[in-house]
Amino acid sequence: MTRTSRIPLATTIAILLFFYIPIAILVVNSFNASSTGGAWGGWTLKWYQKLFANEEMWHAIRNSLVIGVTSTLVSTAIGTSAAFALYKYSGTRIQKVHGVVLYMPLVVPEILMGISLLMIFMAVRLPLGLFAIFLAHVTFSMSYVAMVVLSRLQDFDATLIEAAQDLGADAWLTARKILLPLISPGIVAGALLAFTLSVDDFVITFFVSGPGSTTLPVQVYSMIKHSRNLPIINALSTLMMVATFVIVLTSQRQSRRA
Amino acid sequence: MSTRKLREICATAPSLVWLTAFLLVPTLMVLTFAFKKADPMGGIGTEWTFATLRSLANPSYPAIIWRTIWQSLATTAICVAVSIPMAYYMARTGERTRRFLMVLTILPFWTCFILRVFAWMSLLHPHGIVKNILVALGMADPSSQLLYTSGAVLLVMVYNHLPFAILPIYASAEKFDYQLLEAAADLGATRATAVMRVFIPGIKAGIFAAILMVLIPALGEYVIPDMVGGPASEMIGNKIAQRVQNDRNLPHACALSAALMLFVMGPMVAYLFARRKGGKEGGRFSI
Repeated sequence: MTRTSRIPLATTIAILLFFYIPIAILVVNSFNASSTGGAWGGWTLKWYQKLFANEEMWHAIRNSLVIGVTSTLVSTAIGTSAAFALYKYSGTRIQKVHGVVLYMPLVVPEILMGISLLMIFMAVRLPLGLFAIFLAHVTFSMSYVAMVVLSRLQDFDATLIEAAQDLGADAWLTARKILLPLISPGIVAGALLAFTLSVDDFVITFFVSGPGSTTLPVQVYSMIKHSRNLPIINALSTLMMVATFVIVLTSQRQSRRA
Repeated sequence: MSTRKLREICATAPSLVWLTAFLLVPTLMVLTFAFKKADPMGGIGTEWTFATLRSLANPSYPAIIWRTIWQSLATTAICVAVSIPMAYYMARTGERTRRFLMVLTILPFWTCFILRVFAWMSLLHPHGIVKNILVALGMADPSSQLLYTSGAVLLVMVYNHLPFAILPIYASAEKFDYQLLEAAADLGATRATAVMRVFIPGIKAGIFAAILMVLIPALGEYVIPDMVGGPASEMIGNKIAQRVQNDRNLPHACALSAALMLFVMGPMVAYLFARRKGGKEGGRFSI
């Protein structure tokens, strides 16, 4: 290899342009007075004003946040406990089964989870709606939390625990003073992932949502399907992207410091 | 029972019981309902029947199944092919650039999926910017259609699945010993030969993981063909959703889901088999 090939760099640049051009145009169009977005019609903030005045959208945002927060709390607790079990008791027969079952939500296509959940909710006569969506979101989020926390545990230096115990700390003190502070970045990262997955989920939510339980992605989908208020979706996307970028970048910086 | 055992059960029970109740049991229900009759209320009937499964032989389904498979395979092939050079570049560049590229790859995919598909809908729209540019350059007829075609479905599927190919392939490329490429060149291999016979076999584990990470969700795709595709680009997922939401024939939806499960099992079993044969190196990466 005397001369380096240009193909790797060219491909990398092409892929990044491919990733960001649609997003950039969406952002630009959110300030575009022309409603079709194919040409520039002058600057405007009217789509943002319409977005803030849209009652349905606020209702959907509220539902998404309620489900996002509750399902994150529950799935983080269960997922963390699952990761501990997999780590501490690794190799037992129960953990072998547990590991396989925990992996399943990561590999099963969403539509199959959606229809399975619909079937069980119908069978037990659980009304479709916010509570059903909450149960569904906990089901797929806990595995992601467990995997993130588990990878943090696997990097953990187990001799620290022995050292603490040698110095006379009991199990509770060791857990609180040594283990928890060291793996808490993993738990926070898992919770952040769970929250994002919950707020973002469309497919599974669509199967188990009922009247009045519209979440943000379901609301946006129905607006797109009925071609209603399309330009305000540009404004919504821009705001959501700014929020996500800020959260992801700060968490990246946090985890680098940790 | 020892306290250790008791503690293990306490830590394991919440997730194991939850996933049994909301994942394992419901999956078995879907498989069973494929053998049931629909009831007129849009629920599941009590009678057992093979008629639902037999109706999958209806001429429209083999075409849809075939299309599902080829659209997923094409998406996977494109994603893997373009990820290899990018993974190579990321693995060989400096630490700062690498970290920056990693963030840039993941960042768009933290935003809402529906909104990402919507971005493409407005780009490919008959009055959208891509069409206007193509017409201005004389590369497209003003009456041509970009949106609601199989090409649009493929494009948006590649867009949404690409990071899931880049990340595992990069994880393998990072561990690859690049002196092997120099050795190949010293022994007279051209650059193309060295890449094909040394680099690609060397990052095999990452490529297999990437195929799995793209192919499985692609097989179950339904939102993308629903939003940017037309009737001629529908996949199994669309049929499942239609049976549930439009004409409410749940046993039929379950039979289609059972078929989809079979297709998903194929690549998964092949992957596990290849992994067992090839040892356990590589393929681990974080989201």
